[in-house]
Amino acid sequence: MREDNAMTQLTATLPRGMAAEAAVPLKTQLRRAERMKKLKYGALIAPLVVFLLFTFVWPITALLKRSVDNPEIVAAFPATSGLLRDWDGRSLPSDAVFASFADEMGKTRGTPVFASAAKRLNMELPGFRTLMMKTARAMPPTDGQTAREAFVAADERWGDVATWQYLGRNASPTTARYLLASVDRKYDDAGHVVQTDADEAIYVAVLKRTFGMSAVVTVFCLLLGFPLAYLMATQPARIANVLMIFVLLPFWTSILVRVAAWLVLLQSEGLVNQALRAVGLIEKPLQLVFNSTGVYIAMVHILLPFMILPMYSVMKGISPAYVRAAVSLGCPPFKSFWKVYFPQALPGVGAGGLLVFILCMGYYITPALLGSPKEQMASYFVAFYTNQTINWGMAAALSAILFAATLVLYMVYSRLVGRQELAAKAR
Amino acid sequence: MIAAYATPLERVWYYAFRIFCGLVLIFLMLPILVIAPLSFNADSFLLYPMSGFSLQWYEEFFTSPAWRQAFMNSCIVSPFATLLAMALGTPAAVGLTRIDFPGKALLTSILISPMVVPVVIVGVATYLVFAPAGLSGSYLGLILVHAALGVPFVVTTVSATLQGFDFNLVRAAASLGANPLTAFFKVTLPLVAPGVISGGLFAFGTSFDEVVVTLFLAGPEQSTLPRQMFAGIRENISPTIAAVATILTVLSTLMLITLEWLRRRGERMRGTGR
Repeated sequence: MREDNAMTQLTATLPRGMAAEAAVPLKTQLRRAERMKKLKYGALIAPLVVFLLFTFVWPITALLKRSVDNPEIVAAFPATSGLLRDWDGRSLPSDAVFASFADEMGKTRGTPVFASAAKRLNMELPGFRTLMMKTARAMPPTDGQTAREAFVAADERWGDVATWQYLGRNASPTTARYLLASVDRKYDDAGHVVQTDADEAIYVAVLKRTFGMSAVVTVFCLLLGFPLAYLMATQPARIANVLMIFVLLPFWTSILVRVAAWLVLLQSEGLVNQALRAVGLIEKPLQLVFNSTGVYIAMVHILLPFMILPMYSVMKGISPAYVRAAVSLGCPPFKSFWKVYFPQALPGVGAGGLLVFILCMGYYITPALLGSPKEQMASYFVAFYTNQTINWGMAAALSAILFAATLVLYMVYSRLVGRQELAAKAR
Repeated sequence: MIAAYATPLERVWYYAFRIFCGLVLIFLMLPILVIAPLSFNADSFLLYPMSGFSLQWYEEFFTSPAWRQAFMNSCIVSPFATLLAMALGTPAAVGLTRIDFPGKALLTSILISPMVVPVVIVGVATYLVFAPAGLSGSYLGLILVHAALGVPFVVTTVSATLQGFDFNLVRAAASLGANPLTAFFKVTLPLVAPGVISGGLFAFGTSFDEVVVTLFLAGPEQSTLPRQMFAGIRENISPTIAAVATILTVLSTLMLITLEWLRRRGERMRGTGR
């Protein structure tokens, strides 16, 4: 009782709220404070997360989902699609399937839903649209005729199990055909995955070209960027800062400005050709734009700063003492560079190289403006299917492949850079 | 400096190396140096030698309705996109530096990812979902996506600035009687401002140079400067393009100078400057 009084007297001098808190154990208070802090700072992150979910994550998810979407047949013939999914697919389907299909065909005939289903079926099996139109005209069956008889009477292909197998394969709300098509594969009549015919198979070549061109650009950026980054890292700050401006100014210049400038430089009467002719190296002007040369030159120019900057930041942290030590111990200069300096610079080379490769893979404007059709990469075909033929399935499937490749490389990149940051902290 | 005792081979290497680096520097600067003079060319060919001096291409840029419209659109979209990116990115960077939680690394990667996802994918994807929502062919849609593309730059630069920020300074301000707002404006902001502004400049540069998303998402009324340039280069490249290019280069040089000044100021204020 006396203790209570003492406590009241003591806390009476404190503001009310604090008196109440004093009764709670310190541990709980700490935990509560910690939770409050998390909530407070979490609330600062939340708006950005919501914003990016709406403007970035949701659109990309929707696009990727499009690569496996197959809504047309299910939308036009929901009941038949359901029945076909349960069908074993070995012999002709039951009368119920025929009846349901006859009913749904009769109902949707002439509507846009029917037309888009017929168009979709025609994509893989040319002639199917005509078959659908012809059959739909014969629906519903006349009196005394079963649905099965009506179908076979309209076209004998309906008596063939392969026709139904094809329909059954496309009666599912999802399909792998766009993804398969983007790696030059397709379903054959029996539903097996096979190679696309040679005259239609272009995407593997496009993907190979995308990765191949990115690799070439990365190698050139490394060859041109490494010496410059090394020079910058080994010069006194005053000179390094000047050199840095030479790297940063193009970096900050609009990509379109640089593309326009390269067009001017590389055209057949342009400065590069003029210079080469003046020196006497060539007689006729070289074709330097609207082919791979122009694309490579401009891409290397655009991406070079992305290579130099990460390499420079790593090289700046390398002490010259190690190489000096190696040389003083009798190791030849080039060998000591290769054995002592280069391994230390490797994280920067890796980070810069990956960054250049990732960015290069997604390039669209540079090849579009400076290349011929032979230099167009995956991005071009994504844009082509969106703008020209409005084939969302193919646009989405190619996007999915490009996205997956970017994601994998980006994960490698962030692990590499994350480890570098940890190492820098440890230093 | 090359050492006096260097062998002949080392001397050759020393100069060869520097000449190579010089050539790379020329390669980097050449396009920028070449295009600017041609914007003052008297005739309509983008060729050297120039036939005379004229300001007609600048006049063309400032009087042609298409270019004027494109310039105005860029001046609407980019500042709003930048402000939005700064307003969302700065608090998020503060939050990410101050607390730890499971999945933080993953969340950070997602917040940074607009920087690396191929921009064609972003363009097609946003067109796919924004068109039914009535956001394609509108300034709002364009501003939202440009802000999303610029946000990673704000988050990374502000986070980097906060790495060197001593939060005890805020505590000290509070213990001396400053309320949280006063402490933020008098202590935190002046120290973090260079990071916020650099991030904003990066975001502005990204939006001001963005063409691919604009190609998909903008209607003819929202055509921006880069999109107009894209169309110009594709159809027939005229000295007007060179004039625009020169104006843009001057602008980016100014931005670069501002950034460099901010960086040095930041270093000085944190006492890590040389």
